[in-house]
Amino acid sequence: MSETDSGDEPKGYGQSEEEDQSVLFGIDFRNDKYMLLTLLVGVFALYLIGGVVIGLPFRGLMNQLGQLSFWIAVFAMSALALNLHWGYTGLFNIGIVGFMATGVYITGVLSKPVFGSGTSAAEVGGFGLPLLVGIVGGMAAAAILGLIAALPALRLRADYLAIVTIALSEIVRFSLLSDTLSSADVAGYKVGLGGGDGVILDYGDPLEVFVRTASVPFDLVFGQSGWLWEEVYLGVLVEAVGSAIPNNPKPVVDNFAYAFVLLLVLGGFYVLITRIGSSPFGRVLKAVREDEDVTNALGKNTNVFKIKSFMVGCALMGLIGILWFGTQGSVTPNTFRPRITFYVWIALIIGGSGSNTGSVMGGAIFAAFLFQGPRYFKNIVETVLGNPEAPSSFGQAMAPLSGGDIFPMLLYTLDSIRQLQLFLMGVVLIWLMHRRPDGLLGHRKESASSIPLTRPTKKAATDGGEDQ
Amino acid sequence: MGASESVTRGRELIVEKPMTAALVFIGVVLLLDMLRQLLTGELAISGMLGLIKDGLMRGLVIGLAGIGLSMTYSILNFANFAHGDYITAGAFSGWSVTYLIAGGFGAEANIGSLALVGAGGSVFGGALGVNIVNTPLAVLAGLIVAGSLTIGLALFIDRFMFKPIRDAGGIPLLITSIGVAFALRYLILFVFDSSTRGTTDAGTVPDIRPLVLDGTVPLTLHDGFLVVVAGGLMLGVHFLLQRTKLGKAMRAMSDDESLARITGIPTERVIRSTWIIGGGLTGIAGYMFVLWKGTLSWNDGWLLLLLIFAAVILGGIGSVYGAILGGLVIGLTASTAVIWIPSGFARAAAFVVMILVLVARPQGLFSGRSTA
Repeated sequence: MSETDSGDEPKGYGQSEEEDQSVLFGIDFRNDKYMLLTLLVGVFALYLIGGVVIGLPFRGLMNQLGQLSFWIAVFAMSALALNLHWGYTGLFNIGIVGFMATGVYITGVLSKPVFGSGTSAAEVGGFGLPLLVGIVGGMAAAAILGLIAALPALRLRADYLAIVTIALSEIVRFSLLSDTLSSADVAGYKVGLGGGDGVILDYGDPLEVFVRTASVPFDLVFGQSGWLWEEVYLGVLVEAVGSAIPNNPKPVVDNFAYAFVLLLVLGGFYVLITRIGSSPFGRVLKAVREDEDVTNALGKNTNVFKIKSFMVGCALMGLIGILWFGTQGSVTPNTFRPRITFYVWIALIIGGSGSNTGSVMGGAIFAAFLFQGPRYFKNIVETVLGNPEAPSSFGQAMAPLSGGDIFPMLLYTLDSIRQLQLFLMGVVLIWLMHRRPDGLLGHRKESASSIPLTRPTKKAATDGGEDQ
Repeated sequence: MGASESVTRGRELIVEKPMTAALVFIGVVLLLDMLRQLLTGELAISGMLGLIKDGLMRGLVIGLAGIGLSMTYSILNFANFAHGDYITAGAFSGWSVTYLIAGGFGAEANIGSLALVGAGGSVFGGALGVNIVNTPLAVLAGLIVAGSLTIGLALFIDRFMFKPIRDAGGIPLLITSIGVAFALRYLILFVFDSSTRGTTDAGTVPDIRPLVLDGTVPLTLHDGFLVVVAGGLMLGVHFLLQRTKLGKAMRAMSDDESLARITGIPTERVIRSTWIIGGGLTGIAGYMFVLWKGTLSWNDGWLLLLLIFAAVILGGIGSVYGAILGGLVIGLTASTAVIWIPSGFARAAAFVVMILVLVARPQGLFSGRSTA
């Protein structure tokens, strides 16, 4: 296995200095953070302009922006977690969705109200634990699943690990679908995974739980439970927005507030993964990625490092699953198809694996242009055209084409944008692998030493200044 | 080098042995449990034979499609995740032609609906009376088109998607193939829509129901046709690899590409031949699978792909016979697993078998004897 790897090793040494600048499409950004900021501002401006042009009502526009922030946060977080696996450690995990599903399902089972006491007439109940306990449990479950996958698979080649992880994610989906696990009595509680119908996540609004948790120190001061939620959030924030959106402003504010919570978590992810990357632990991970045999020879038990890295990443993926699907009220097993894994991989490859800022940028670009973009575009065009009736099948759209009428075909194309966008994503992925396999920021080389070892580049030597 | 290698090999063996022993133990327990079920009458012998027949049929399809995957995996050194969607593409193209011919080119239904394999429930295969007895010509034409179109597709994708980055290594190729898979799958979905259609007139397929001790085991003519087609093609591949110069070149390439090139083997031509053989077999496998099970859906190939990977890994990557045998084992596992576990887990069981093989014997059952 290492023969094929070592063949392209010397490439890295010839890296030229110019490439390390933040240049994209001919524009020179001062640094990566600046570039990321420009990107985000640009994306939001584009959505805002699109909405204003078609005269979307203020409420609809705000919902769109709130959703956009949500998706950017979700995909940026996912790309970061995957970056820990693939970018840092070189673990080819294409079973991401299985860990997300595990996270959200276990959280559901732990935190749903006890059977019979829930608000809805769900066929199974939960253990009725606090949501935060459920989230920790979900993350732990995802990490344990990661351990189960890692123990046999980490000794294998990258492509075998790929097949094992994707098989595992499908095993998770089949298990969630199965009737056998749909309902069971555990220690007197009627719990289960709900089978094909899925589970209703009636554990309360996660946003409210988060705000109420953050409110604990204030509660001590003001002597009122949930002060931050009751007084600040409902009393001030929602009221203030209510002056702009008169009827029922809460969902709009909720949208933004939840996206804001996710962006905070994203910040936490970024810090955590950057810290991991620059720690001694992270250096070993990168060494494993570059050459596992050498790392082994230097006395590091690479298997342990790989397992730890894999479990941490899986726990984070579980958390993303909880934050992503936990607000939708219910989940069904068939949501967790491999295409979600595919989304995350595209996001990472756009940004460039190995780079954290790149991962966030990749997540943002993916969310804005490939994921949410086509749907928004469809909305815009349909609004402009006055919601015309699209042909229901390809055949009906094809038939008028012979008479030179391409309009039905265009409408059908527009109507099936959810399928076509996956086609588009596939094409983008192929294009990226051909033209920019390193993504936006993945081509950087980081020096392992604490002081720069390259010669000062005051006068570039004609031979490139290399003396190896 | 040699000494250290044998030391690590020895150590690996010691690590692996308890694992293998545990697997053998589990196998024996399962076998005993099956005997118990048979003796207590929980499981009818005819029912078990039915499951085994079902598994063997499935296994033939998996093995047939697996040959192509195994060959490209070993010669080009990457796991082609688009392979499953070649199956779907072959099935849809072949069935489109079958529908057109069986429907008399628009005589019995709208020609557009026929070409789209009855998208949106506009035409049903049962209504057209499609099966091997009623419409043999339509089935044969469909079979040939499925094979040839998949060959064209495989060559096209190789030329424009894989060839430009062939030197980049296995992982970039693998990621590219995932992109190809999704693009292809959702293009098929865009054109043919997401409905699962019944494609054959199952009621009029002649069958025999031999009595076996406590019940009957139905054997249809479609079962027989699948055995003939798959068996014939597998024999053909065997003779091709063993008797022709092309086969020899292929075996040389999968052993050592550089060595093959310096001995004057036209590697590019061999690669093309590999895609032609692999693509053709895959398309035909897709068509036969649909003929045999009687339904067609845009997701069929993907669902089969992981089982095919399981078969290829089980048999040892690069080994054609391994792929066939692996296919039969995986097919049998997926079908007979319901004897011990709930049916919802049958497919999962096949994946578990694959993972266990990867752990206990990652080089596969037929390693070191690739294609020879």
